[in-house]
Parts: sequence; C-alpha cells; structure tokens
Amino acid sequence: MSFDAQRVLDAIRALELGEIRLMEVCGTHTMAIAKSGLRTMLPENVKLLSGPGCPVCVTPGEVIDAVLELAMRPGLIITTYGDMVRVPGSTPGDNLARRRALGARVEVVYSPVDAVTIAQENPDREIVFLGVGFETTAPGTAAAVLTAKEKGVKNFSLFSMLKTVEPALRALIASEGFNVQGFLCPGHVATIIGEEGFEFLPRDYALPAVISGFEPEDILSSVYLLCRQLAEGKSLVQNEYRRAVAPQGNPLARAMMEKCFEARRDLWRGLGAIEQSGLALRDELAEYDAEKKFGVTYKAAAKTTACRCGEVITGRLSPAQCPLFGKRCTPEDPVGPCMVSSEGACAAHYKYRAV
Amino acid sequence: MDEIITLDYGSGGKKTSRLIENMLLPAFSNSALEALGDGAILAGAEKLVFSTDSFVVSPLFFPGGDVGKLAVCGTVNDVAVCGGVPKYLSCAFVIEEGFETEKLARIVDSMARAAKAAGVEIVTGDTKVVERGRGDGVYINTAGIGFLKYPGLSPRKLQAGDAVIVSGTVGDHGTAVMLARSGMMQGELRSDCAALNGLCEAILSSGAAVRVLRDPTRGGVATTLCEFVEGSALSIELEEEKIPVRDGVRAACEMLGLDALYCANEGKLLCVAAEEDCGKVLDAMRATEQGKDAAVIGRVTESYPGKVVMKTAFGGSRILQKLAGAQLPRIC
Repeated sequence: MSFDAQRVLDAIRALELGEIRLMEVCGTHTMAIAKSGLRTMLPENVKLLSGPGCPVCVTPGEVIDAVLELAMRPGLIITTYGDMVRVPGSTPGDNLARRRALGARVEVVYSPVDAVTIAQENPDREIVFLGVGFETTAPGTAAAVLTAKEKGVKNFSLFSMLKTVEPALRALIASEGFNVQGFLCPGHVATIIGEEGFEFLPRDYALPAVISGFEPEDILSSVYLLCRQLAEGKSLVQNEYRRAVAPQGNPLARAMMEKCFEARRDLWRGLGAIEQSGLALRDELAEYDAEKKFGVTYKAAAKTTACRCGEVITGRLSPAQCPLFGKRCTPEDPVGPCMVSSEGACAAHYKYRAV
Repeated sequence: MDEIITLDYGSGGKKTSRLIENMLLPAFSNSALEALGDGAILAGAEKLVFSTDSFVVSPLFFPGGDVGKLAVCGTVNDVAVCGGVPKYLSCAFVIEEGFETEKLARIVDSMARAAKAAGVEIVTGDTKVVERGRGDGVYINTAGIGFLKYPGLSPRKLQAGDAVIVSGTVGDHGTAVMLARSGMMQGELRSDCAALNGLCEAILSSGAAVRVLRDPTRGGVATTLCEFVEGSALSIELEEEKIPVRDGVRAACEMLGLDALYCANEGKLLCVAAEEDCGKVLDAMRATEQGKDAAVIGRVTESYPGKVVMKTAFGGSRILQKLAGAQLPRIC
C-alpha cells in the first residue's frame, strides 16, 4: 500500500493539540468512517462527530407524515430513492414500506429522470418524485423537472425536500452549546458548490474546513489537515478532493438549480426552521410542484418518542448515548431516521460498531 | 399449448394435464415422476436430510441464472451443506395468469439442466395458476431429500483456532440481481448460482476435520458467520483484505450503497475446519470449478465471545452484525 496510514496517524499524534472535535456533514463520510474503523485508529484526543449530513435524517417527521398521507391517494405512484422507504413519520413503524403493504404504490428509482419515464409509461396515474438531498442531488432533480417540461409530461411532479448546506451549518454554529473545532466538508456537495461554497467557515467563524473524498485514506488525510490547521492556529478551506472538486465547483449544475429552484424557509429535524435553507420549485414551474398540485398540508407532530436524533445530528449526543439506541431503536425496527437511513449516524454506529 | 398461461391451466382439468405432459414430464423425466401418483415412491436410506425453500426472485431471468436454476440449486445446496447427498426434489409452481408459456418453458428447461448437473431427480410436483395481478410471473417452491452421508456438521463444533474458509468471491448473486433489477450494467456481473453438492462432497471426503458448512445466501457472509458464533463463547476474527470480492461487485456496491458481505450468494460455501486441515480443505475446494478462488478469511478465537470482528483493509477494526431488513439502494 503506497498510503501509509500509520505515518499519518503518527503525524497527528505529534501535533500539539488538546481535545478537538471535528464534524463530518455528509452521510457517505459517516458510513466510510464507521466501515473502515477509523475511529478505533485515531488518537483519543481527536473526536469525529456526525453532523446534519444525511438527507433522510434531517427530514422532519411532519414532512414524512405528509408524504405518507399523499401515498394513500388513489391513482398516485410515489417514486423515491430506496433510503426513504423505511423512514418513519411521527408514528413509529409507519413508513412507506408499511403504506405499500396497505396498497400504496411506491417505486424505488435510482435517478429522478427514471420517475419521468414511469410517468410516461403510466399516463393515467400521477407520479410524485420525492426530491431528497443537498446540492448533490438537486441538479439531477432539476434535470428531471426540466425533462418533464420539455417532453410535456403533465402527470409528473416533485415533492421537494431538497436542502442546502450553508444555511444549516450557519444555524448549527450559531446554536447553543456548539462545540466543534473544524469541519470535514462533503466532497460530493463540493463538486457542485466548489471550494468557494465553504469559504464562509473560515471567513465568518474562523473555523478550519477541509473538503474530503470518500476513501478512508482521503478522510484520514483530511483529518490530519484539519488537525494541522488547528495546531498552527490557522483557519482556511483546503481541498483534499482535488481529483473531483474544482475551486469554483460546477457552474453548469448550479445554473440548472438556479433555473428551477428558489430558496425558502425549511424545517430540519434537530435544527428546526431555518431561513433560506430549502429549495422550492419556482412559480413558473408550479404545475410540477407536488405540494401545490395536491394541496399538501403539514400537521405539527406530537413528539411521542424519546428519540434523540435531533441531538445526534447536531453533534450533541453520540448515537450510543441515546436511550433508545440498540434497544427500542434498531435498523429492523427504527424509531428515528438516523437509524433507518443507510447513511445515518445511528445506523452506521449500529452496523459498524467499533470493537 | 397456448402462448400464455390462463387460469384454465390451474383448473386441474385437461389443460393442467397438458402442461404436465407437454412441458414438465419431458423436462424432468424419471420413473418415479412418470408414475404420476399423488406422491413419489422412492428408494430410501437410514437417515434422510430434508429441506424446502420458495423462490420469488425478481427479475425471473438475470445474468448467470434464472428462478428455475435457483430453485434447484438452492434446495440442493441446503441438503448438501447438512452433509446429505441430494437425491430427490419436489417442485411446485404458482403461476400468474397471463404468464408467457415460452418463459415458463425456459424456466422448466433450466431446472431440468440444473437437476441433471446436480445429479438429482424432480420426482413430484404441483402447478397452480393465480389471477393476474396476484403473483409475480411465477413462484417456485422446491423441497429436497438427501441421504445423510456426513453426520455431525454443526456450528456448535467450532473450536478456537479453527480456520474460516470461503469457496470463492463474495456478493456476486446479490449485486447481479440488484443491477438487473435497476437495468444498470447488465451482463457485467453474473450470479454465482450453482449446485454445490460436488464441492461439499470434495471437502467432506477429503478427510479434513470439517466443523460446519453453510451456503451464505440471504444476509450474506456476514450474517452466516454471526449465526455461527452468536450465543457461544467463541468469536470469529476476519481479515477484510483476505475476503475475495470481484472488482465489479465492489464497484456496484459502491455505486448502490450496498455491502458485499451482506449480499446474497447462491454458489458459495463457508467452511469452518480444524486449523491443521486447512490445506486439505483448500486443495479439495480449489480442485473444483466452484472452489477455485477459495481462501482462508479468518479464524475462530475466544477474544470477543459471540461476536464477529473484522480487521478492515484500512487497519481499523469493527464488529459485524447480522443483516437488518433488506439492503436498500441509497440516495447519493
């Protein structure tokens, strides 16, 4: 192996640092860290926390409730990424998988454009695509809406739960008890928003930020870069994932997002409502907006469980500290979305438990 | 026969007879079946191994196999890993109204070939037709009887120091089916669907002290190994680097958000054997087509009672759990 993990670990140990807490804000990082066993290798003073980086996990219960209600309407097909199928709404155990067993039509697709194809194949049905994710999935979702418009597919619509990273990070940093010294920034999101998309972290908050790839080698190198910045008292954006991330990101993809979406106030699990943090379809695309088309309404969910996903995704609690973790809440029977999503912090900790 | 299967073919009347006589009897021909009794009368043995399984795979045809081949190999393998020599299969079809006869014939032909290759006879069966929309093309149940030749295989026989051996690359079937379902990268990956009774015989007749054999189907290698040690005082320690995984499978897993250790296999064996007989088992495996990529992937230890622990290729270590629910493709 040309990459010598031990050497990097030694270099981290050699830095003069107190206890530092670094946060990753990407579900794929969460999984890669757990799967490679990286936490078991790092020195004890370097802690890795999972932030609000799993799109499924940050979608609040009341929005899932609205989706579940929509799924039961006759003549409607819900199309979605696989992760969403088992996410419970505010009632534990109630999810799209259960609704499917009760007669709802739910199809798992790999790309939003596949949902448009399903719409073309089922002209007598209404096809709703659940748009989940951050800047990574937003351009592809925009492409699906534009494709539907171009081909005159009227029975396709988008239920947008899309979100953007910056407002959420700002809200998190401003929140009480925030205690993180640097961010491991999501490589996939950065391919779209570029290095410049994370400049606000050092500029406005003096927080180091390193854009990281997804191999364990990438993540360990990025952790080292963050530690070195902290040891040297610096804060800047460094790009470890240069093989994929250009400084200015992908302007074409951003233009496509711009064409379709506008920012709106949005609800986040664990963070509450954040101004300008969600992406809604622009008025001129209203006929493709499932919320408008079907008059979707949201009911405030009564908090019925002791699930502490909200604290987990803001780095206040490690998954194992939640009283439900591994007992009442398991991947087979999840209470909170962090346990159900394959990228959720709790699922990662459960599936890839450290020795 | 008609081009499609109608409800009449399940009526028990003339068309049912036609389906049996025109398609099933010629394909599975043997004297026990041809007697066409309500059950087959078979030559026996003192101790039998008996197993059954239902096959509901979607899509019905996938690279490397189809539901018919799977239905034969799956049950043959369940009997073989118990130390039985598989002899007879039953076969029950639940066919959806409107299913193309040509497809059914392909499935039946595939079953006949798989049975012949595995040296088993399909000696009794049943056909039912359900209304359109109430099935998924065709479901097949097979039950298998084998004569017990190698008694005593059990995870309870594991001892500290034993070697954990896999007969070849991991995750081929699960990823091939998942990709075929998604319409992506078809033909790139093939299911490993195969009868393993030859491989089992080779291992068990080698004289090696074999503790247990298991075919890691649903839930994959990780789940099967967890079952070996759960509730016991022993643990299994794996080395990720030694587990054979095809590059294509690795790439597909990466893309779909799956884990090869949890993907189904339909032509692989896990074998735990005494450390000193490790070479014997490997030689026996590698002498067969199905076992040519066999590798020792770990050891039985006493360090983490009841747990499977893996040293990752990166140098960390973690506990492997049983599969929870079905693997779902991820968002990004």
